[in-house]
Amino acid sequence: MSDHPTGGRRTERAAAACFVVSTVAAIALAAVYWEGGQPQAEGVLLALSLGGIGTGIVLWAKHFMPADEVVEERPPLESSEEEVAAFTADYETGGSSLRSRRLLLGTAGGACAALGVAVLFPIRSLGPRPGRGLKETAYRAGDLRVVREDGSPVRPDDLEDGGFITVWPEGHTDASDASTLLIRFGDDQGFEPRPGREDWTVDNLVAYSKLCTHVGCPVGLYQTESALLLCPCHQSTFDVMRGAKPVFGPAARSLPQLPLGLDDEGYVIATADFSGPVGPGFWDRGR
Amino acid sequence: MTTGPRTERLLTHRLARWVDSRLGTAKLARTALNKVFPDHWSFMIGELGLYCFVVLVLTGVYLTFFFDPSARPVVYDGSYEPLRGVEMTEAYRSALELSFDVRAGLVMRQIHHWAALLFLAALAVHLARVFFTGAFRRPRELNWVIGCTLLILALLNGLFGYSLLDDQLSGTGLRIVYSITLSIPLVGTWLASLLFGGEFPGPDIIERLYVIHILLVPAAIAVLLTAHLAVLVRQKHTQFPGPGRREDNVIGERMWPTYAAKALGLFFLTSAVLAFLGGVFQINPIWIYGPFDPAQVSAASQPDWYMGWLDGALRIMPGWEFRAGGFEVPNPFFPGVLLAGLTFALLYAWPFLEARVTGDYDEHHLLDRPRQRPVRTALGAATITFYVICFLGGAADVLAATFGLSVNAILWSFRVLALALPPVVGWVAYQLCRELSARDGVPTASRVTVREIPGRLRRRSRALTAGESATDRA
Repeated sequence: MSDHPTGGRRTERAAAACFVVSTVAAIALAAVYWEGGQPQAEGVLLALSLGGIGTGIVLWAKHFMPADEVVEERPPLESSEEEVAAFTADYETGGSSLRSRRLLLGTAGGACAALGVAVLFPIRSLGPRPGRGLKETAYRAGDLRVVREDGSPVRPDDLEDGGFITVWPEGHTDASDASTLLIRFGDDQGFEPRPGREDWTVDNLVAYSKLCTHVGCPVGLYQTESALLLCPCHQSTFDVMRGAKPVFGPAARSLPQLPLGLDDEGYVIATADFSGPVGPGFWDRGR
Repeated sequence: MTTGPRTERLLTHRLARWVDSRLGTAKLARTALNKVFPDHWSFMIGELGLYCFVVLVLTGVYLTFFFDPSARPVVYDGSYEPLRGVEMTEAYRSALELSFDVRAGLVMRQIHHWAALLFLAALAVHLARVFFTGAFRRPRELNWVIGCTLLILALLNGLFGYSLLDDQLSGTGLRIVYSITLSIPLVGTWLASLLFGGEFPGPDIIERLYVIHILLVPAAIAVLLTAHLAVLVRQKHTQFPGPGRREDNVIGERMWPTYAAKALGLFFLTSAVLAFLGGVFQINPIWIYGPFDPAQVSAASQPDWYMGWLDGALRIMPGWEFRAGGFEVPNPFFPGVLLAGLTFALLYAWPFLEARVTGDYDEHHLLDRPRQRPVRTALGAATITFYVICFLGGAADVLAATFGLSVNAILWSFRVLALALPPVVGWVAYQLCRELSARDGVPTASRVTVREIPGRLRRRSRALTAGESATDRA
């Protein structure tokens, strides 16, 4: 087999050395695993044992295997006219007998179509009818205290000017669609309530849904001085002093506002649900 | 080949005879041994993707033995101190256990993730190679369509894969998937509810994605990959123009033994690179992100690279949406559904569009050099530019933080660049192609000698010297 052995004695030794390195690395890999494992060592040793085999084989192939180019004819892909004709003839022989039974063809087709539709029905089991859930939150009960993650209620003076916390309706701190940003603005920040929402704030506290109106990420960053809320996902920016209307980024709608009040004990409550559906838009959001 | 008494006694020989006497495989096997592979470095890229898929299946099977895709709430009690006592889902807990308490678990998980990243990279570059060399032209439109489907399946399965772990980053990703589904006009709310089993986060999504990720999509990929290769074998490889290479032949190395050995070597080398990456370079450190909490998000949340263009498109899109009569088409629909849909629709349609525009419905087995098709190359370069801008847009916040710039300024630049840069790059590519092909002049026909060897193949002499007569046709 001396077809094209371009490699010499040294190349052969190098390839053999690769296989030996691989063997040693494989044994070391097993030992490392046995001794309790170590991810970096495992990765490097596995790479060495795989790479040793790979390099060895490539050297072998390049230097000790025949490297001749050959020419292969490329026969036409298309069948010859005779082959097509022969196929058509055979098919027609059987096909004509099928077509003559119009009634059977029609009813069998109908049965298959009906079955096809019927087996689609179980898809309905995958999820509930999208109902009011997308348009309402737990706040709809009205006059619910807003509470922190640990369930503690909030007094207006718990927050300093420019401070903000995340709150939920009492008893629903696991309701992801009801997470709310409670923000205290300074007197000099020029808060302008939306028309009709003049009494939705208490003691300079304003509350908006924390879910971005773009794709629903939590709007988690608040720049106190400029009173801008920023969504870290896609950089939508909302102006807290102007009804949380979007001022930059892909969001096209304001964050829904939560009407606030105080209860008899002086804790902050939400008097009703948000001003609109929270989070990302959907087809019949406005209906 | 001699078949003396010595070879007859070999086990492999006896086994081959056993199989052949029952299936008559010798003829087919000989055809396989003699399959001709034209040689060019760019033909290996698709092969790389195949090997990544093999590594993905091997490591993925191992991971399934330890991962539990359950939304059941548990309190962490494993060996990673900072998260002890934290409430989390069983899915996230078992991913932590897999990473810290299962020996070889972390390295397997990281190799799996790196293999996915490289798999998609190989597919993307292979796609570009096929596009720019015109390998999609008749008769290979079918394989182009299969390839596009493979790309979509691979993208989705990558996304589904890193969404399983229920860490903070993957939860954010799923929320975006939910919102994009929700944005589809008319059926979006139903689709989202059926996919997630209710409103986000939904109790079922991880278990469902798990079945899709480890069974449905891999099975579909395996079937389509087989079809992709079967069509390739049936149609034989394309080849670049060169001495003796014509539309009705294919010149290259026979599979047995050299090419098979090289391919096997490449498989081992690919796996070695993946093992090294998986062992040494940390990827997706879910313990740093923490368990998913719908009220939290970390800054600089980025998807894996192959979803970056979509995430960037979501960011670059101006704040428009359409509302009428109480109905609306929300903003994420345009980048998330329309752009993605158009991207793949155009991709699928390309071979047919090009044939229609150029009127070239002929069979092609000789590849184009990109410079020979200035218009196609320019369009391809412009398209790639657009998606690169989108991809960079996905890193707008990171770029802003790194270079101390305003995010708004960067996003505005990307909005302008996404529209303005592709035509510029296209024009430059067009001019470059014209210039390069003009410099090439008319390719000179080289001369080849061919001598007969038994069977359908003819061996070509290695050294081509001017003056030899061209007898490349028997």
